[in-house]
Amino acid sequence: MDAMAAIRKTFFEECEEQLAELESGLMAMNEGTADRETVNAVFRAVHSIKGGAGAFKLTDLVAFAHTFETTLDYIRSDRLVATPDAMHVMLRAADVLADLVRLSRTGEPISASIWKQLAQDLEVLNPIEGASNAPSNAALAISVASSDDYQLNGGNEDFAPAMIDIGDFEMSDGIPDPVQNVFNISFRATPALYEKANEPAFLFREFRRLGTAEINCRIDELPDFTSHINFGSHLHWDIHLTTEHPIADVRDVFDFVDGDCELDIVDVTPVSPADDEVVVTSDIDTRDEPVTKAETPSGATDALSEAPAVMAGVALATGLPVGLQDHKDKHESAREVAGGTTGAPSSSTIRVELERVDRLINLVGELVINQAMLAQRMIGAGFPSSSPVMLGVDELEQLTREIQESVMAIRAQPVKPLFQRMSRIVREVSDATGKTVRLKVDGEATEIDKTVIERLADPLTHMIRNAVDHGIESAEKRATAGKPVEGTVRLSAAHRSGRVVIEISDDGAGLNRQRILEKAKSKGLVPPDAILTESEIDNLLFLPGFSTAETISNISGRGVGMDVVRRSIQALGGRISISSTPGKGSVFSMSLPLTLAILDGMIVSAAEQTLVVPLTSIVETFKPPRETVHSLGPNASVVKIRDTFVPIVDVGHRLGFTTTPRIDRESVAILIETECGNRHALLVDGIQDQRQVVIKSLETNYGAIEGIAAATILGDGRVALILDVEAAVCATGSKLGHSVSANPSAGALLQ
Amino acid sequence: MSKIILTIDDSRSMRDMLRLALSETGFEVVQAIDGVDGIEILKGCNPDVIVTDINMPRMDGFGVIEAIRKDPLKRTIPILVLTTESDAAKKLRAKEAGATGWIIKPFDPVKLVAAINRVTA
Amino acid sequence: MNLSSQNAYDIANSAARQPAQIEVVAFRVGEQEFCIDIMSVREIRGWTQATSLPHVPDYVRGVINLRGTVLPVIDLAVRFGGASCKGSARDVIIVTQIGSQVVGLLVDGVSDILTIGRNAIQQTPNVASELAEIFVKGLIALDGRMISLIDLEDVLPKAMLEPSTAKPA
Repeated sequence: MDAMAAIRKTFFEECEEQLAELESGLMAMNEGTADRETVNAVFRAVHSIKGGAGAFKLTDLVAFAHTFETTLDYIRSDRLVATPDAMHVMLRAADVLADLVRLSRTGEPISASIWKQLAQDLEVLNPIEGASNAPSNAALAISVASSDDYQLNGGNEDFAPAMIDIGDFEMSDGIPDPVQNVFNISFRATPALYEKANEPAFLFREFRRLGTAEINCRIDELPDFTSHINFGSHLHWDIHLTTEHPIADVRDVFDFVDGDCELDIVDVTPVSPADDEVVVTSDIDTRDEPVTKAETPSGATDALSEAPAVMAGVALATGLPVGLQDHKDKHESAREVAGGTTGAPSSSTIRVELERVDRLINLVGELVINQAMLAQRMIGAGFPSSSPVMLGVDELEQLTREIQESVMAIRAQPVKPLFQRMSRIVREVSDATGKTVRLKVDGEATEIDKTVIERLADPLTHMIRNAVDHGIESAEKRATAGKPVEGTVRLSAAHRSGRVVIEISDDGAGLNRQRILEKAKSKGLVPPDAILTESEIDNLLFLPGFSTAETISNISGRGVGMDVVRRSIQALGGRISISSTPGKGSVFSMSLPLTLAILDGMIVSAAEQTLVVPLTSIVETFKPPRETVHSLGPNASVVKIRDTFVPIVDVGHRLGFTTTPRIDRESVAILIETECGNRHALLVDGIQDQRQVVIKSLETNYGAIEGIAAATILGDGRVALILDVEAAVCATGSKLGHSVSANPSAGALLQ
Repeated sequence: MSKIILTIDDSRSMRDMLRLALSETGFEVVQAIDGVDGIEILKGCNPDVIVTDINMPRMDGFGVIEAIRKDPLKRTIPILVLTTESDAAKKLRAKEAGATGWIIKPFDPVKLVAAINRVTA
Repeated sequence: MNLSSQNAYDIANSAARQPAQIEVVAFRVGEQEFCIDIMSVREIRGWTQATSLPHVPDYVRGVINLRGTVLPVIDLAVRFGGASCKGSARDVIIVTQIGSQVVGLLVDGVSDILTIGRNAIQQTPNVASELAEIFVKGLIALDGRMISLIDLEDVLPKAMLEPSTAKPA
């Protein structure tokens, strides 16, 4: 069922929003900055997840959400105090709830073990309340009137029964095994029933579904209209029902009006099988009293409309301006509405397929290129810059940029949900390590491209784990060092010169540089006699296979190191750096592009081709003096940079545009650093420019090409290729078959 | 003529489910995203029945019921609240506030329609 | 199975359910005349200098900017085993849609747009030519000219026929 599948998808999207709401609400409660509405929002989030989950029969999710909701309800109603301990349990519960949602979404089997324990923990929190306090149906107890007050079937001369014939009473021969129950029902509405917009006639209509009913409306209590207006409910009914349904079903008809009526249901089923005699109503129609007869339930209202006296009675009785005329008006105006404004309500957000946004972004990218081409041609055509045409072109450029920024902003999302996930990591790791760590978050509203956010989750998780596990010292060590026992991890995001900077800092012990260096040496990552600056030592962390903890803990994982983190960040066009102060802590700083559609690049020429080198991988550029370049075999050479030999990669040759690598007097070297920390000098013929370029896929119409990441279109309208630095230099290693570039610290080894 | 049902629920999936169940039965469906929105929509619309959630931001279901029951022009509109099985106390409170009836979530479309039919002509 | 008879089978088979006539765009490559189904032609444009691609077969001339789209250009003369077009102003790029990909074909010039009866398409004779075997679906004789109907699927390098699942960055 497609519609339900779509709703299911919506439900899980909503769950994510609710979980975020829950998380931030609980955090606020934990920080003591929550107000009543926060607590309500937290409750609503869990309640809403439960409600939807029920519709999709996600039983574990419903069960856990229910338990969670119950506890939150106690807090909401001030019956439970949100102590730090209680908050801790609830934060964990939010994590479990998130797990259950994700498992439910993917349809993975859910073991009750993942939530049972926490459900118990939650239940323990709940106040023990006496049965009297518990919500009970006792309050809804039906007020039972003695059946002696009534005489059935109009035997009493004091009242005139009004007959409403419900449904067709045909007893079909096809009805199997008719165990007929017979009930005498007396029903008296209180004014409250009408005030809640209930209508006895609609209720009685339900009897048609159940069986055969004879309904007598007793108006003997109607006040004398001539004397005075008397508010109150003056009608009551006697119903004789023959049905196959049990008494519970009969009671169910009155479910909505429970407490707003006097109801008495008496089972008068004969002990012997009832005969099929249909109750005869012959004498009633002849009476002068208000009597109506309707054939079908839908006619019931119309029938009543012909009984103004009765309705007047009701209207007066309730004191409400209720009347059938009113009803009709309502239908008429409703029809107008149906024709006009029956749409979804307006709201401040709309949901748009990501694909549409991306198409728009592409088009705007083309617009930018087109505008640049136009401007270039105008200049080429000799228009002076002060000419009206050129001024128009300038304005166009301004507008184009603004459009581009606005369109990019559509894909941008706040980092808040991502940061919220990190607070869970901090909780889990601090629990597992027995440390007390507080996560402080800053700049949650900072927006960044959706895809960047998605791909940041893993590296960020890893770094947060590291910060808690390795960064923050144990409570004893902290106490000894005169620090507060509670450690702090800060996570911040901010816009800085067209990029987003995300920082993770801890107030731990800082990096142990001596140990890092020793380890790097023992692992052969650096030569035994190497002398490195502090910053160089810190950056050893990013070398593949480096792990700072003496023992690899379960938390920070095995085999996943900062090298993987750095690779992920660089894959996003970002950079990561570290700084550390002994005894004060460490700061990891990531600088990320706002979008993946645009790249900061250096425009270079190589072998008569124009290429783009991503700025993120460039360390520096220089003109290598002839004497610093040394040949290593026939086709390989290295350049000496500050006492380090770095392999040279002739870009034109690497890409097959020239047959032999060469170094001209004019050649420019671009020192790049690969994701694994290797340094290479890319040799190009010259540097043209440095600017943002719009990334164009080569794969759409062609396919992947080794050494090329993508293409772009430059201001002159020509396609330029964007170099895949990683692949271009990795090919170096394999082609040279040399250990030189295979080792991350090749340069150092050559010393 | 088809009946007009105003649904008030802050959950998109619940709104979608209500719309699906109700429009399949031939009702006209008007939807509001919370209590405030619901009251706003009600100014230009006279639904035959209002189906409202209880827990909503801005104005909850109780607020909706109270507001409608105070409005001399709208007070006769039947209001069904969406409630979960476990909410006996909430059901009672909704009744006290003036709800006409209730629908237990997760709802069976047949029961939803039955509940609506129980309170409308 | 012999390729040319397979082609003939295809033509016969498809003729049964396709309209009796097709419209084709005829063009010259070197001394020969070829044609392709007009349905796969998006536009025809003049030659512009292409940006070379590394590590590609020699018949891939590079990529050009087609209103913001990076369009690969196949030099059909090289593809058919001949000498390259010079890339002069007289040369023409036929922009074609092949599957989900848009590809430019560099040819010496477009000569005609023709409506051809399906029954006028002859089976390719069984000649030992790579060109005939791989690319030519059938032959059309017209006013003393011979035009080869070519199958675009086979014109592309293999790598291009396996569209990457990767999304553009």
